Amino acid sequence: MTKCLVLSMNQWRQQHSPAVPVVERVHLQVGDFTCVEPDQLLFTWRVAVENSWLDGAELVVEAVPLVGRCVRCQQTYSPAPDTAYRSPCCDHPMEEIVTGRELRIRSVDYTLES
Amino acid sequence: MHMPLEDTLGLNLLAANHHQAEHNREHFDAWQVLCLNVMSSPGAGKTSLLEQTLTALSADLAMAVLEGDMTTQLDADRLEAVGVPVVPITTGRACHLDASMVSGGLKMLQQRLDPASLDLLWVENVGNLVCPAEFEVGEHLKVALLSVTEGDDKPLKYPVMFREADCVLITKTDLLPYLPVDIARIEAHIRQVNPHCTVLRVSATSGEGLAAWHSWIRQQVSSQLVSLRNPHGHNVVPQLVNA
Repeated sequence: MTKCLVLSMNQWRQQHSPAVPVVERVHLQVGDFTCVEPDQLLFTWRVAVENSWLDGAELVVEAVPLVGRCVRCQQTYSPAPDTAYRSPCCDHPMEEIVTGRELRIRSVDYTLES
Repeated sequence: MHMPLEDTLGLNLLAANHHQAEHNREHFDAWQVLCLNVMSSPGAGKTSLLEQTLTALSADLAMAVLEGDMTTQLDADRLEAVGVPVVPITTGRACHLDASMVSGGLKMLQQRLDPASLDLLWVENVGNLVCPAEFEVGEHLKVALLSVTEGDDKPLKYPVMFREADCVLITKTDLLPYLPVDIARIEAHIRQVNPHCTVLRVSATSGEGLAAWHSWIRQQVSSQLVSLRNPHGHNVVPQLVNA
């Protein structure tokens, strides 16, 4: 996943070519209902960008909670493994996910030499 | 002079993999081949089920396999022995297949045969209930296996995998008499995270449930053909055609 992040950043960098942006922060949204552990991502990010054009850039991870919507009563709720992801109003299965599947680079803080 | 800037990207972290997966899928569609991505934990019975399935269906369906493993070609050798073309993809230290690995496998497959001659392409993913769920490879449908020996809590512990699956196979049901496991509870937990997927009980050893599994496969192959021949096929619910 870190490799994917670096690859995406390399693609973004090409938009500014031939200038090289100096990246201060990368803001990432990681949903709770994904297979990504933010702490591991933070650790591997530091290693992955060492001695690259992204060396020194801070990765800021915003965790996005898992929110479901009950298709019966339309109420949103926080599904959890210990409740088998049931809707609290009627025990309905987790049918609709509103948030929690995000794996998104939200924004990049950077400077450009001019 | 330096000016602080912020670019709002909204870029999916897996965008590059999605693009490659879409590219793979375009090839599958052009060849009119259904691609199924088979995933599970190590030892859930993917290869055993595929051995049985390939043997049972090879008279009716033209099939090939892209076989993912971290190391060794042991599984690829087992499946090749059935008489179906198999391309091994050794991932090294990577715990899942990604779309570019599958693209490489497709190029190797094309050196052996014309993919348009196939009805069905299997991708057997690396044994892992975590990462393969996030990395699509261009498949049309995902099949997840869960063996009865793994316990009934796994759909809740690894919910993304079971949420993403189109079909979940509960395998090794021949072992149920010897295990303190409640298969109804396994099914209920799968339904909690994915109410609409197909759930089948199967055993490659006893043969239980295999007729239903084979029927599901035939139905998907037929539906895929109908969908590709109908320009609006992706907007309608695929109908069962001579399953």
